Amino acid sequence: MTSPETATAPPLLSMSGISKFYGGVRALEKAELTVMPGRIHAILGENGAGKSTLIKIMAGVVAPDQGRLLLDGREVSFASPADAAASGIACVFQELSLIPDLSVADNICISNPPRRFGLIDRQAQRVIAAEALARAGADDIHPRILVKDLPLSRRQMVEIAKALARKPRILILDEATSALTAGDVAKVFAVLKRFRSEGMALLYISHRMHEIAELADECTVFRNGRNVATYKAGTRSETEVVEMMIGREYKNVFPPKPAHVSRPQPPVLECRDLGWDDRLRNISLTVGEGEVVGLGGLDGQGQRDLLLALFGVLRGTTGEILIDGKPQTIASPARACHENIGMALIPEDRKTEGLMLPMTVRENLSFAALDRVARRGIIDRDKEEELIDGMVRLLGIKTAGLDIPVGALSGGNQQKVVIAKWLMRGPRLILLNDPTRGIDVGTKQELYALLRRLADQGAAILFYSTDYDELIGCCDRVLVLYDGSVINELAGDRLTERALIASALNVDQARMTEARI
Amino acid sequence: MKEWRFWLAEQRQTLMAIGIFAVMFAIYVTNHPAGFTANVVQTAANKSVLLAFVAMAQTLVVITAGIDLSVGMIFILTNCLASWLVVGGAGATTLGVIAVLGSGLACGILNGLIVIYGRLQPIVATIATGAAYFGIALLLRPYPGGSVNEGLADALTGKLFGVIPASLVALAAVVLVVWVPFSRSVLGRAAYASGSSEPAAYMSGMPIRRAKFLAYALAGLLASIGGLFLTFFTYTGEAAYASGNAYTLFSIAAVVLGGVSLFGGKGSVIGAIFGAFAFRTIGDLLFVFDFDPLWQPLFQGVVLLIAVSLGAFGLFRVRNRLEWFG
Repeated sequence: MTSPETATAPPLLSMSGISKFYGGVRALEKAELTVMPGRIHAILGENGAGKSTLIKIMAGVVAPDQGRLLLDGREVSFASPADAAASGIACVFQELSLIPDLSVADNICISNPPRRFGLIDRQAQRVIAAEALARAGADDIHPRILVKDLPLSRRQMVEIAKALARKPRILILDEATSALTAGDVAKVFAVLKRFRSEGMALLYISHRMHEIAELADECTVFRNGRNVATYKAGTRSETEVVEMMIGREYKNVFPPKPAHVSRPQPPVLECRDLGWDDRLRNISLTVGEGEVVGLGGLDGQGQRDLLLALFGVLRGTTGEILIDGKPQTIASPARACHENIGMALIPEDRKTEGLMLPMTVRENLSFAALDRVARRGIIDRDKEEELIDGMVRLLGIKTAGLDIPVGALSGGNQQKVVIAKWLMRGPRLILLNDPTRGIDVGTKQELYALLRRLADQGAAILFYSTDYDELIGCCDRVLVLYDGSVINELAGDRLTERALIASALNVDQARMTEARI
Repeated sequence: MKEWRFWLAEQRQTLMAIGIFAVMFAIYVTNHPAGFTANVVQTAANKSVLLAFVAMAQTLVVITAGIDLSVGMIFILTNCLASWLVVGGAGATTLGVIAVLGSGLACGILNGLIVIYGRLQPIVATIATGAAYFGIALLLRPYPGGSVNEGLADALTGKLFGVIPASLVALAAVVLVVWVPFSRSVLGRAAYASGSSEPAAYMSGMPIRRAKFLAYALAGLLASIGGLFLTFFTYTGEAAYASGNAYTLFSIAAVVLGGVSLFGGKGSVIGAIFGAFAFRTIGDLLFVFDFDPLWQPLFQGVVLLIAVSLGAFGLFRVRNRLEWFG
């Protein structure tokens, strides 16, 4: 299996028995990975398979709970990203690590700027930056421009140039090409291949199968926080890879779906040719009364932006939004919540956008519905109490009392408070942004049942989830987004995990089906 | 883009502050009965450098996206200290100056320890330490009084070669010795970086904590240079509560006028100095136009509002409304 040169070379970095838990949630369990010099090693896996955690451990961002890291055969532990960088590990993160208010040159030389008499030599720094940019194939970027004035694709090139300027021994690229144009990708690939031939070890995380096919020497597949297979690139078909990525135990936790019924017309929500910047393109969709529509696809393909656009958070959206068949301009969340639209958005980050953690459960619950319990600006305590009690019972929120800070509740119960808060308004159109992330299975199950019950009572639900099981189990239809547009709609028998993953990766499904037969 | 355009873009905020000041000062001197003479400039400079030093101190902290509400009180405390210590012969005076600057630095270090290593909110922490510093000042000088080495005081508030105000030369020297090395050191850059985007700075492996600590410590030192100059101008020490608070608030105003973003990561001490000059000139303008001094606070407020509004135009370009709150 191993070629002669890799058999003789010792591994540069090896990780063994690595585990990491966030609260009760397992991100990695006994993961293993060996990185060889002069090779490009691809890492594959679904959303939440543990790839990002693995990289963060290598880059010194998080510390593992268990396990050993060996660099050059010696055990190491990184206390901070600075530590990892000093050991020759550079990382190009998906969420960019550039400082917006500093110039490109400042950013590229950030960890070790050239100095003269102890002071940063800006002239020399610009020269170094220009070289690094040229090496990464981005010589169109001027070293003096501020990072915040660059478009996303250019920033990503700066990020790559920055990592290269450190002359690392191990370079980790986490979805580093997600915002790049095809031309940039070709240039970056040429650079990566050159570094490989110079003996650098590269770890390449991507959801784009053709990129992995072009670049990788080895591939490791992660699933459920473990590495499940490592193979030489090109020895497995795309179908096999997808199979390896799935293979989860499938629990029957979902409420039954109603048989297909004809929906009343017009739909509660219809949008036509919705666009925003270059992040959303020509999105047309409908959500009918009593329907649960899922948004699928890989993380970061525009699902969040779509929900924010519908909720009136984004400026400069194009296209049309119709509520009950009538065109509406939704210019702010306050407008979206208004009675004749009746929209609610359950946000993804409950800690910042959903809850005010230090305030009490009671206060948090009534925030979004204060106008419902107030008469001429004065809050009617009895009415508030009544509504809150109803919600606590409906959702089964487990709390020691209504007057304790919501931050003291468990993640699952916090999420219930977020949902309850919005349900107090009696919304007709509910948008959910990955609501079950980081909560336990029991609470998830309750939420699934709740969603279905709300739909049966006539609500229209648009539901983004990074968990494919959930989409399949909960939704009547699933729209798969790729690169800011809807590339596939799956429903009924066609709504399977294979189909979802294939669409998410934009792998030709017809070809996959053939391969299987 | 040409090189000079980048330079212009980098210096835009500072140049704007210089422009605002230049216009105001030009109006002032042309309407001044004595006109543009060395004496007029000297008086203006002496009045302005006090706020300029305190604004410099504030700038360092604001760059890290923090705030220091104790700078005015350090300024007052070191004034009281100087009225005891900066006296006597050359040797004693030198030791006194060192002691005053050292205690300013110590105040800054304490702020830094509490905010960075104690992880307290900078606003509350520095209100508390500021109150404490004022308390010490009050114990040192329950009543205004004391004295200062008048030879040194007159030399530093007089004119060099009969033309150049010595206080401006001192200000320039402090910029050269403190600001230039800071802004071009790795720690200074880390201060900017952590003000601009702390997670990104952390991910880039920058020494965030040391940089922020240094900013607070140097702020204390700069405020104490201000306090020293206050003593040189007044020849006395006075624990003036209102004055300390006013300097703290005006330092924030000067910083904003000078194009330093309160969100951090942007701006320079040079801009803040001209912001301080401009802010001071507002009062002088009222004087030459024979306005009642009662108008001064109202006038200062309006000018500040206009200047801040100019800086807020960027919000119109925001595409995602959530960024309004970032």
